[in-house]
Amino acid sequence: MSEKINILRASCPMPTLDFDVITLGHGSGGLLMNKLLDSGVFDVLKNDLLDERHDGAIFEMPAGKMAFSTDSYVVSPVFFPGGNIGELAVNGTVNDLAMCGAAAKYLSLGFILEEGLTMQAFWDILISIKHAAEKAGVKIVTGDTKVVERGKGDQIFINTSGIGSVHPRADIAMRRVKPGDKIIVSGNIATHGIAIMSVREGLEFETTIESDTCNLNHTVLALLDEFGEQVHLLRDPTRGGVASVLNEVARDAKLGVEIHQKAIPVIEEVYGACELLGLDPLYVANEGVFLAIVEAAIADDFLKKLKTLEYGEAAAIIGEVVEAHPRQVIMHSHIGGRRVVNMLVGEQLPRIC
Amino acid sequence: MKYITEYRDPHLVERYLAELHRITTRPWTIMEVCGGQTHSLVKNGILQLLPSQITMVHGPGCPVCVTPLHLIDKAVHLALEKGVILCSYGDMLRVPGSKMSLLEAKAKGADVRVLYSPLEAVKIAAEHPDREVVFFAVGFETTAPANALSVVHAHRAGVKNYSILASHVLVPPAMEAVLDDEEGIIQGFLAAGHVCTIMGMDEYYPIVEKYKIPIVVTGFEPVDLVQGILMVVEQLEKGEYRLENQYSRVVHPNGNPEARKVVEQIFETTDREWRGVGNIPNSGWEVRPEMAAFNANLKFHVNIEKAEENKDCIAGQVLKGLKKPHECPMFGKGCNPQNPLGAPMVSSEGACAAYYHFSRVAEELAV
Repeated sequence: MSEKINILRASCPMPTLDFDVITLGHGSGGLLMNKLLDSGVFDVLKNDLLDERHDGAIFEMPAGKMAFSTDSYVVSPVFFPGGNIGELAVNGTVNDLAMCGAAAKYLSLGFILEEGLTMQAFWDILISIKHAAEKAGVKIVTGDTKVVERGKGDQIFINTSGIGSVHPRADIAMRRVKPGDKIIVSGNIATHGIAIMSVREGLEFETTIESDTCNLNHTVLALLDEFGEQVHLLRDPTRGGVASVLNEVARDAKLGVEIHQKAIPVIEEVYGACELLGLDPLYVANEGVFLAIVEAAIADDFLKKLKTLEYGEAAAIIGEVVEAHPRQVIMHSHIGGRRVVNMLVGEQLPRIC
Repeated sequence: MKYITEYRDPHLVERYLAELHRITTRPWTIMEVCGGQTHSLVKNGILQLLPSQITMVHGPGCPVCVTPLHLIDKAVHLALEKGVILCSYGDMLRVPGSKMSLLEAKAKGADVRVLYSPLEAVKIAAEHPDREVVFFAVGFETTAPANALSVVHAHRAGVKNYSILASHVLVPPAMEAVLDDEEGIIQGFLAAGHVCTIMGMDEYYPIVEKYKIPIVVTGFEPVDLVQGILMVVEQLEKGEYRLENQYSRVVHPNGNPEARKVVEQIFETTDREWRGVGNIPNSGWEVRPEMAAFNANLKFHVNIEKAEENKDCIAGQVLKGLKKPHECPMFGKGCNPQNPLGAPMVSSEGACAAYYHFSRVAEELAV
């Protein structure tokens, strides 16, 4: 946590620009845009490949398999407890690559800015992108900036795509999931979703719950160094939460999944907020958590190692893959009952009473 | 978490269950009135832990489910055609009207907002004096005080662009309707704890006496539910009938007099149509004539054609406890939470949705 607070508070003075808000001119390709890029984006994100200022980045490919992933970020509000859209956009794609067993190497960065976004907000987001990229050890090597008219966007949307080299011992695929495999969650669930909910319009509750957004690549790669092909599947349960990922596993592997409610780590405040709002933590979004499905024989060692790694201290074995009830996820409740955990239908809407 | 984890204590549940298994000698059919209880029974997997002789029937206590079709159509119309800011609780948004749900209306450009409190809606109204703001006030006696309070606040603050579309339903008349049904099979009730928190227990004595049926006011956590069922079965096994209070940590016999005062100030009793069940006399609350300025039904003259319910949907029988959701031919086939034919499939507290999440399990789990 301490590291994250540093990132958020890290301040670089904003350069003097002619405007204090983004205008349509900043996306025109003309002078204004060049000034924004020169004294803003390029200067902050500086690296040898980006400095070429070509239409695309040109680089050598290492031998072996590569992974490639893309994601768009539209979070509202743009600044939320524990982070902002900038670091989310870096961490999200870095983590998607990590779930492929790959160390993210290069990212692209596409901004869609809404006319009227304050320069200060844009600057703060840019700085947190810089810090998140540095922390994850990834370079932003190409990008794009567009500005849309007021009302046609929601302050700022970001797309990042990333490319990374797959760990030589990684063999992560749905086909590798088999009965007996253990399911491990790397940290407390539902934290990000509740942090966002707590600042959404129409909801006013005071909380210190902060988003768990972070880069998981260093942790995942350290685990792959040690356990390699015995890691069968990795997934980050972002939208739709843990329940959705487990349902995808059950569906695609045509196997059953069993989880144990009392083993699933949830911070007490998050649990309380979920109770209050009528939400099920299993369906709430995460940003700094992954699920690993591993060979049963190494599960305990895997957990032990994970607990010593960055963002892994709350990790727990939450269940297993079984042959029974194929395509279904069943949870053993606190009190010893059992129930199906289904795929989320639409948006998780709060219950009325 | 204080006052919650204690009531999810597996050992306590186990003890009550053991006692329940010990004393149960015959088949009993018990209805839990409230959808929140249905949800908890299913979510915690309690049903399959009960003695096989005990059948739980899931009552009509899901306010979202019983909100009549024409009121949803009206809300959609207000949001889409009249340009009002239509606010409601989240669950209400997905309930299908005859043409669309509020969520679909929102996608078509209507200003529909999910709120957790109607007081928020009054705030929105104060901030947008040029717009009409309507709160779709659904719910049992539980949500009525907050909804009534929003009218009190708006009245006091002189907010004239706020009104409520009231669809309040009342529990005791619904219980009587269930018992009066000639096919009725219910032998005991778990009454809804939170309703009694507001209303107290007095309303239930006449039902106990008239129908000679045990009623236990019950909470929502696993310990509450299992203990409540145990208290009903204890009476049934002894051939007794009484009103008892399992939820005494929350429910005072007189309820919450302050909350009731606010409700009485704003609402009066009216006949109410229950979706899937039909009209039940004196089973709802409507805004009093002296508060008519805050009654969206009167403020906006909307003539909505009365729409027919989907004929394949047996929601009425399910809500009265005559059929289990999975006994419906459409269950899980033409009707599921993504594409609900009737309201009980929409809300997570609806019996059909609860079963959909439940009886699709391996057969051993089917009730």
